[in-house]
Amino acid sequence: MIAEVGPLGMVTLRGEAGAVGPAVQSATGLVMPEVRRIVADGARTLAWMAPDEWLLVLPRAELPATLAGLRVSLAGQHALVVDVSDARAVFEVHGDGAATVLSRLCPVDFPRLAPDEIRRTRLAQVACALWRSAPGTFTVVAFRSVARYAFDVLANAAR
Amino acid sequence: MSTRLASGGRLIDRSVLVEFTFNGRRLTGHPGDTLASALLANDQMLVGRSFKYHRPRGIVASGPEEPNALVNLGTGARLEPNQRATTTELFDGLTATSQNHWPSLEYDIGALNNVVARFLPAGFYYKTFIHPRPFWKHVFEPVIRQSAGLGRAPKDRDADRYEQTYAFCDVLVIGGGIAGLEAAHAAARTGARVIVLEQQPHWGGRAPVDGLEVGGQPAAAWVEARLTALAAMDGVTLIPRCTGFGVYDHGYVLADERVADHTPGDGRVKHRLWRIRAARIVTATGAIERPLSFPFNDVPGVMLASAVRDHLVNQAVSPGDRTVVVTNNDDAYRTAIALVEAGLSVPAIVDARTAPTGALIDRARALGLRIEVGRAIAKVAGSKRVMGVALCHQAGEGSVIDEIDCDAVAMSGGWSPVVHLWSHCGGKLLWDDALAAFRPDAARPPVTHDGGPMVIAAGAANGAGEADLLSDAHAAGRSAAEAAGHKARKSAVSAVSNPLDAGIGAIGVMPQGAAPKLRAKMWLDYQNDVKVSDVQLAAREGYESVEHTKRYTTLGMATDQGKLSNINGLGVLSQALAEPVPQVGTTTFRPPYTPVTLGALAGEARDAIFQPLRRTPIHGWHEAQGAYFEPVGAWRRPYCFPRGGENHDEAVHREILNVRRNVGLLDASTLGKILVQGPDAGRFLDMLYTGVMSTLPVGKCRYGLMCNEAGFLMDDGVVARIDEQTFLCHTTTGGADRIHAWMEDWLQCEWWDWKVYTANLTEQFAQIAVVGPRARMLLEALGGMDVSREALPFMHWADGTLGGFGVRVYRISFSGELSYEIAVPAGQGLAFWTACLEAGQALGVMPYGTEALHVLRAEKGFIMIGDETDGTVIPQDLGLGWAISKKKPDYLGKRGQERSFLAAPDRWRLVGLEALDGSVIPDGAYAVAEGTNPNGQRNVQGRVTSTYFSPTLGRGVAMGLVRHGPERLGEVLEFPKVGGGSVMARIVDPVAYDKDGVQQDV
Repeated sequence: MIAEVGPLGMVTLRGEAGAVGPAVQSATGLVMPEVRRIVADGARTLAWMAPDEWLLVLPRAELPATLAGLRVSLAGQHALVVDVSDARAVFEVHGDGAATVLSRLCPVDFPRLAPDEIRRTRLAQVACALWRSAPGTFTVVAFRSVARYAFDVLANAAR
Repeated sequence: MSTRLASGGRLIDRSVLVEFTFNGRRLTGHPGDTLASALLANDQMLVGRSFKYHRPRGIVASGPEEPNALVNLGTGARLEPNQRATTTELFDGLTATSQNHWPSLEYDIGALNNVVARFLPAGFYYKTFIHPRPFWKHVFEPVIRQSAGLGRAPKDRDADRYEQTYAFCDVLVIGGGIAGLEAAHAAARTGARVIVLEQQPHWGGRAPVDGLEVGGQPAAAWVEARLTALAAMDGVTLIPRCTGFGVYDHGYVLADERVADHTPGDGRVKHRLWRIRAARIVTATGAIERPLSFPFNDVPGVMLASAVRDHLVNQAVSPGDRTVVVTNNDDAYRTAIALVEAGLSVPAIVDARTAPTGALIDRARALGLRIEVGRAIAKVAGSKRVMGVALCHQAGEGSVIDEIDCDAVAMSGGWSPVVHLWSHCGGKLLWDDALAAFRPDAARPPVTHDGGPMVIAAGAANGAGEADLLSDAHAAGRSAAEAAGHKARKSAVSAVSNPLDAGIGAIGVMPQGAAPKLRAKMWLDYQNDVKVSDVQLAAREGYESVEHTKRYTTLGMATDQGKLSNINGLGVLSQALAEPVPQVGTTTFRPPYTPVTLGALAGEARDAIFQPLRRTPIHGWHEAQGAYFEPVGAWRRPYCFPRGGENHDEAVHREILNVRRNVGLLDASTLGKILVQGPDAGRFLDMLYTGVMSTLPVGKCRYGLMCNEAGFLMDDGVVARIDEQTFLCHTTTGGADRIHAWMEDWLQCEWWDWKVYTANLTEQFAQIAVVGPRARMLLEALGGMDVSREALPFMHWADGTLGGFGVRVYRISFSGELSYEIAVPAGQGLAFWTACLEAGQALGVMPYGTEALHVLRAEKGFIMIGDETDGTVIPQDLGLGWAISKKKPDYLGKRGQERSFLAAPDRWRLVGLEALDGSVIPDGAYAVAEGTNPNGQRNVQGRVTSTYFSPTLGRGVAMGLVRHGPERLGEVLEFPKVGGGSVMARIVDPVAYDKDGVQQDV
């Protein structure tokens, strides 16, 4: 089963881990993930994206307060907090064949993908990030402008 | 005649009859047949015509090396040309037609080439058709094209689906014969993840056909046991019908799985392309038998000895009642013995060696077979099928000493290890005299990231004999797994219990001293019609390099890529050059090993998902309005919005006039929006842009230019200062990703200690330009914030609300009109767009497209990246000196622009151009100058970069780059038109409309 999910709140955080970590923890309660890992508490996910970049995914309703909290915590520090909720499209791929479907599009070794691992990779011809959001369920994030393409290739691969 | 025997055939199911057609003839076979075996079972010896001489050709081989039996398979939307009959599984309803003949297979007019063959030597086309020059294009080539070619290209859309899939493993074993299975088992026993590919539908390779026994049991039983064991192991994937065709760096392998070739239309994908990343690769690809080069070795019915054996044992098909076996090695005796045991007759075994000895030879003698040692074939009688052979002395010149009636010839020139995959990534080869073949040189393998061997050859592919076959494969599998980080476990090594100690004679032509006339009938490359005489001619004409000889003669350049012909051709060349084979070398092996259909390579990328199209949040609305789209990068942007019966020009004119008179809406969401933040953001942007950004006050906007290090203009856009440490940089639509990467490149690699973060927010916002004298009225109708001249002056921005939407409004103009660009979160883009249309209804609002945008900016003399720039233009050429800081010590491109060529006073510079007759000057037209250049072409002094009909002005407007242009206002230039005539145009100011900027600053 493939479904677009949302609207979600998404925040890109850039900065030193030492600065971003406490700010995120006070705003969301989430601790910073290790390299190429996610930390999730059910509704919210914090994903490592790059050595100085993280993506926070949370319910849309929590977005304004969380953004404000993060900005307050990081005031005066060199860090970037930016709302990217509208820049992305998020899909869930669910079912026994989920990894098989995705392995037709993404050069990812799914049997070796750790339960809390995130991969920034390709979905056929476009960029994506993906992780296991639940057993048998993958969350796939792509750019908004190619949402139709992303859905179409996922649906095609699941035929 | 070739026929199906009454019993036998280990792969066929005689209880089921399968119908198929060949050239319209209805024939039958059984499941387990290949198309080739089924054709032979129906006595269809003649299956095609050769490429050059159109000689009759029959099935030679039993695998992917087949050069002759290429057919058009299927019809209509499932037509596939050049399919090898030997690898095509027979299925009910299969339709095949033969290729490269006209009007029919039996009577081919092209066969006239055969009659004049001695006038068509190697290099004939090069030599003959080079003069007179124009004749090639207009006379020779069309005629040659008409008569050349193999299969027909399909005309219909492919009815089938293809997919690709990624896979990862520690050890990839390519080849599922006994060596491959042993290697896979040895690797899997260590706990390694193993994938095994086998190109055929069944496992075990040719061991069962050759009657090998492993550990005392028949090979087939051992194979079954191994398969069962492997299937039960964790992390082992067995993929039949899958050809590993290419090995690439870092253990990357492409493999083509023929999922549903044999079950067309069953709903499954036709092929699956596997993209496999393996820590180590084991090539257990076996060996391919070589033909022998004797006169008329291309007559249908002359087959490889192994192919005769394969068809006999696997499908119970005999190529004839009387088969002469001709060989230079022991292995072919297996064919003779198998034929006799099947109740067929072998009138003679012709062995080129003078004193062959060995168990198989003894066995043949014991069966009472006539063995002619030191003999060769002087001639094969027959044209469309074998009628007999004439014998001669191998050491002689070909005088006939005996004639034997027969209807088939089984030949064997020895075996060549399949080294292709080993060689794809640079694995080197050794010439092995005992084997008379190249085999992998284990000391010089293709290496991977850790410097270790990436590919390990195993079994026959490694040149191992049958006695060592399985121990070699076992060691390969184990060392591959160990190299992949697994600890080897002791396990028993199987061995072939009845190995053949294969003796082989020298390679070369047969008979050794054959006269030129005979050598001209010894085929090396069946598909491309290259004969021994052609290679010898090439050597005489000075083609010493094997690579040159290959191209000159086309040896090995057909679809089979010389699988049968390469080594024999090398042998002939080495003799002609009097150099040993290793000195002559071999040609380069490149992927793919066998042809791969384009559908598999394209995978899912067709129709709607051929490529990703980027869509703005308002894209659906544009589509619903019937917008005409144009590609801008991967985006599709509305070019115009035709109404009623308007054509595109009319729509564009209406949209432009409406912007100038009322108000227009443009979907500008595609423009790049990059957030740049940090204490060093100002300093960073001062380096990126030619102008100064650090002094830009918060709340204001500034136009900026970006150059590359060489000084050439590469992007432009408006920068808005959001707060003390934050800027939003607008880029061109096509530049967004490139400029973001450019910024990160400088930040990560050069100025890594600067405190700046960037974020590409292009897709976070929908951006709508509200443009025209009534733009402010429209925003006021939406209401919510003060957009007056005083509150929001030109080149300022402000946050606020409009019509209940949270917006950021930039007062910038790319049209010369009063203009606001309004950003809203992308999710609200469509709603805001619709609100603007409603609010502007009474004001005459209309959407406009990119063409109107282009004309509006051209009327105002604004440059467009990609029109006025082409990678060779600097800002100074475009009169943009005002946007270049003279005070800054440095910016990217500054040094480049100081180079003499770019600082020269006579560079072509931007001007306006106005045709004297008011017409639109052709786009890209050049202004001619006096005289001609050394090529006899007119000298030029300028060119048109943008040219449009301006509905505002009722005439053409244009810009161009002209030598000394700005100093030549008023001069008239001549622009010749394609097809004759010229446009005369006056050099004018680039700004054709509202020079003083009154319209936009209101």
